[in-house]
This record gives sequence, C-alpha cells and structure tokens, in this order.
Amino acid sequence: MRYDDPWYDALASGWGETDGVGAPATGGGPGRGAEEEGLSAAGDIYLEVQRSAAFQEVRSRYRRFVVPGVLVFLTWYVGYVVTATTAPGLMARPVAGAVNVAMLAGLGQFLTTFVLAWAYARHARLRRDRAALELRWDTQELTRAARGSAS
Amino acid sequence: MTGHHQTLALLLFSGFVAVTLAITTWVSRNRRGSAEEFYAGGRLFSPLENGFAIAGDYMSAASFLGVTGLIALYGYDGMLYVVGFLVAWLLVLFLVAELVRNCGRFTLADVVVARMSERPVRTAAGTSSVTVSVLYLVAQMVGAGSLVALLLGGTSTAARAWTVIGVGTLMVIYVSLGGMRATTWIQIVKAVLLLSGTVALTVLVLLRFHGDFDRLLLTAAERSGHGDAFLAPGLKYGGDWTARLDFISLGLALVLGTAGLPHILSRFYTVPTARAARRSVLWSIGLIGGFYLMTIVLGFAAAAIVGPEAVRGSNAAGNTAVPLLALDLGGGADSTGGTVLFAVVAAIAFATILAVVAGITLASSASVAHDLYASLRRSHAKPRSEVTVARVASVGIGVVAIALGLLARDLNVAFLVGLAFAVAASANLPVLLYSLFWRGFTTRGAVWSVYGGLVPALALVVLSPVVSGSPESLFPGVDFQYFPLQNPGIVSIPLGFLAGWLGTVTSAEVPDEAKHAETEVRSLTGAGAV
Repeated sequence: MRYDDPWYDALASGWGETDGVGAPATGGGPGRGAEEEGLSAAGDIYLEVQRSAAFQEVRSRYRRFVVPGVLVFLTWYVGYVVTATTAPGLMARPVAGAVNVAMLAGLGQFLTTFVLAWAYARHARLRRDRAALELRWDTQELTRAARGSAS
Repeated sequence: MTGHHQTLALLLFSGFVAVTLAITTWVSRNRRGSAEEFYAGGRLFSPLENGFAIAGDYMSAASFLGVTGLIALYGYDGMLYVVGFLVAWLLVLFLVAELVRNCGRFTLADVVVARMSERPVRTAAGTSSVTVSVLYLVAQMVGAGSLVALLLGGTSTAARAWTVIGVGTLMVIYVSLGGMRATTWIQIVKAVLLLSGTVALTVLVLLRFHGDFDRLLLTAAERSGHGDAFLAPGLKYGGDWTARLDFISLGLALVLGTAGLPHILSRFYTVPTARAARRSVLWSIGLIGGFYLMTIVLGFAAAAIVGPEAVRGSNAAGNTAVPLLALDLGGGADSTGGTVLFAVVAAIAFATILAVVAGITLASSASVAHDLYASLRRSHAKPRSEVTVARVASVGIGVVAIALGLLARDLNVAFLVGLAFAVAASANLPVLLYSLFWRGFTTRGAVWSVYGGLVPALALVVLSPVVSGSPESLFPGVDFQYFPLQNPGIVSIPLGFLAGWLGTVTSAEVPDEAKHAETEVRSLTGAGAV
C-alpha cells in the first residue's frame, strides 16, 4: 500500500482517487457544505481523534520540539540584537585577525538557523510524519463514513 | 555613466519582460478559471519549485541593493538587518508553514475563521492583510522609481513616474491574466537570475582577494576611514538611546513580521501537502541564507573596492553600491566587462522588483476577493465570480499602488519595508498563533487582536518623526510628533497579543470545543486539507 510509506506525498486534493469503495469525497474541508447531522458527527470525530492516545503523542512530540526550539532561537536572536545595540564594546573585541566577537555572533546566527532548520525537519520526518499520516487517513475515513450515514 | 550601460540594461530587461509575458500567456492559455487555479496555482508545485518561488518573493531589491549599500556605508550595522531577515524563517518553519497549509485554503483569514464566526473575523483579517500588502507594494514601487534614476540616469520626474506606471501595469497583467501559476514561474525565473548574479559577483570578489576573507574585511575597514569600528556594531544605530531602541524595535518587527506577510503565507498553498510546505521552506532557508551571506561579502567588498565616498557620492543611501562594485569588478567604467556586468546587475534589480510586486499584488487581490468581498457582500457568489472579482481587484490594487507610489516617491524605501513588517507582526501574527494554539480563543479575541495591532501600529507611525516634526519627515512644516521611534514594532506587537488576550477573556462566547479539536487535528495531521 502506498499510504504506508510516509515518504509518499499523499495528494491533498486527490483523496477520492485512492478510495475505490466509497463515494468520491465531497469538496471542501469537513463540515463545509455538509448537512447538519453530518457536520456535528464530523465534529465529534475530531474530538474523538483529539483525545486519542495516538494524536496526543503526535502533538506532544511536536510541542516538545517546537516550544524549546522557538524559545532558544528567539532568546539568542533578541540577546544578539540587544547586545549589539547596548554593548558595542563587547562586540568589538577582536578574536582572530579582522574577525571580532560581533562577526562571529552574526555568522553564528546563520549557523544556528541552518542547524535548527535541519534538526526540525529531521525530527518531523522521523518522529511525526508516519503517525500523522496514519491519523490523517483514519480521520478522513471516519468523517467520510459519518457523512455518508448522515446523508 | 555612458549610454552603453543604459542600452544594454534596457535590452536585458526587455528580454526579461518578454520571457515573463510569454510565461503568462502560455500559462493562461489553458487556465480553467477556478479559485484553486487562480489563488494557488492548482496546488501542484514541487517543494523545490516553491522553495525558489518563496526565495524569489522574499529577496527584494531592498535587500539586494539596500542592505549591501548599508554594509558598504556603515559596515557591521548593515549585517544586523540581514540576520533578522533570515532568523525570521525559523518561526515560519516551526509554527506556521505546515499548520497553515493544513488548515487554510487561500488566505490568512481561512485559518482563523475555521474556529470563529466568519464575517467579522474575515473582514478584520482581510483589512490587515491588504494594509500590509499595500505598504510593502508602495515600498517596492518607490524603489523601482529611484532605481531608474540611479541606474539609467533618468533623473527627471517624468522618467520616474513612467517607471512606476510601467511596473504597475506589468504586474497587473501578470496577476490578472496568469494568476498564481504565472506569478510562481516569474518568481522562480527571478530567483535563479538573482542568485546567479550574486554568485558571479561573489566569486569575482573572492578571486580579487584570493579567497582571503580576512583581508577583505581589513581592506574594507581601512578604506572606510572608521578603522576597526567599521567591523563592529554602532556606526549607524549606536547613537542616543532612541536610536538604539528604534533598532531593537526594527529587529523585533523583522523576525516576527515574516510569518505574517500575506504573500509569503499564500505560497504554502501552492504545494500539495504540509510535508511539501515544510520542504519548500527548507529550500528557501538554504537559498535565502546563502543569498544573505553573499550580500555580506558584496557589501564589504563594495566598501573595500569602491570605497564609501564613491558609494555615497552616487547615492546618499548607498543603493548603488552593488552596481558600482560590478562596474569595477568587470574591469572599470570604460571596459566592456564593466559595462556588461553593470547592465546585468541593473536588469536583475528591475526583474527583482517586478517579480516581488507581482507576488504581493496577487496576495492582496486574494484578500480583497476571498475575504473582504466575500464577507461584505455574501449574495451567493459562485467560485467563478470570485476569481473575476480577484482579477478586477488586482487592477484596482495596481491603480492604488501606482498612485501611492507616485505620491510617496520621496519616502525612504527601507523604512516602508520595516513598517510593513511591523504591521504584519502586530496585526497578523498574534491572531494566527492564537487561533492555531490557544484552546480558549474566541471571535472577539480574534477581531480585537487584529485591530489592536493594526491601529496602534499605524497610529504610532502617524505620530512618529517620520511624518512630522523633523526636517526629513513627510510634513516638515508641522509638528505632531509624540512617539520618538520610527518603527512602532516594540509597542504595537505586544499590544496586538494583549488585545487578543483581553478580547478573549472579556467575551461571553464559550469557545467551541469541537471546532478547536478540528483545527488542532487538521493542523497537525492534515486530515481534511484541501
């Protein structure tokens, strides 16, 4: 099955195509354009999925990486800007040749940006993508079933 | 400058215009006129293509010419700008790109209204998006006008005016005929051109200094007349505490504003999945980071090779540093190499402006048609007619941008860009983050957070030294300056967050658990994404 492979970019708009049994997916997101019962049923499904252990795991993995990550780079950046504007003497201290603390800090910002971006992508790819794709599949199956029974 | 530069630059630029018009015609040949097609280019771009397009949208002439000029004149202080422009992308990657791709359809408002009562929120988010876009657009138009004066020697007011009108007309043609698909390809072509030009110049600089970056810095410091101070912060922003606080404010606006720019957000809808959105941001971080590293080299090289006096002599703000550097690297003013390189750089700068304005026009016409029109007049507008509204809106925005570009032609371009970032960070970012991450967020909170950021940001600018009270301000004759900083970010960004919180805790509305669950599940898994 292709959907088992998280490297496969499931086509967002083409969900109806991989589905051989059910009716073609109705356009728009869940709830949009659906009838009242279908709408509330879909809402219940999202609540159910949100409370499921699998989703909680995906969410906590995401947050455990993103929250410290944002705090670290924002602190590092604001610290850099504030130091550069308030303590130019410290930043002007020479390190080697023409390179001083300021130059190292500036290039350090570039380096940490690249490293953090790489780390985020790696974390998402290895720790989140597969679980999220399975959840997506399950959720869409459930919402489609709910909508089918309501109409 | 001799006539050769101008002729060659005009030829190259006409070539670019011809290619982009050909792309537009070719793309619009088999258009289907759906909203999906017009706003999101059919959502089938690859991460690599979208990564180049994002980079093309983001690397404006302000960074290519403006920032290198700042480095050439003030050394290290120019570098501070560049760092903020890049670090901002981490915020986009971590908190915005994937979740927005999963939850939204075309605009910022789509993400927010998923949980709220639709009409007031859509109007608010649409208003702030259009405001940000128009500010950014005017900055680029003013930049285009000054570029002509600088690079082609057409210093007359008429030449500037015609450039602004020409750029405006071209962008309206691209957007209204080609939609997102044509705009994306124009961004890609432009990004490739700009990056190749920058790489070529950087290689020539490094060859000149035999790969010795240390010597490049030392020569720049020596030539600048400031000595070691040139390589440390403080030359431009190291004055009194107002100037320092102003820079901190600008730094905050730069790092928080990118995630709220409508034309950047709309780029995430052109790829099929959140994973593709993530990978396109990774591409763009690599491209943008590489580009800014090279602009640092070029800036210091301009100081070392051309010298700050020559740069300042040509343009007081330093905007001609790179073209002058190209002239020298090619072999001097009278050589063929110098002429060719100068013309290439000038043409690339024009192409950059043209592509960036097209991207912004598209995003703002989407906000007008999809958010403002749809929420203010809801008489069963069919998707097809919405695209028609968007096409008309792009013409309207073009006219407004041309008019404002002509009126504001004496305003500082870097200031306008900083202002657009500040408004985006104050009005768009709080509402976006709250609705993605806060369970208890309500409709009133959303509306208050948009207006609570937008109104203070604009009001503080009106009361700032930019508008009145100093010889350089817009109205030097009058004095109603009550706010000392040029950039409102440090005050208005916290106000936006505060207003959103206040609106939420004071509203009687009970937040809908199911809708919050839907947003959270959809944003992290991609279930139900279009």
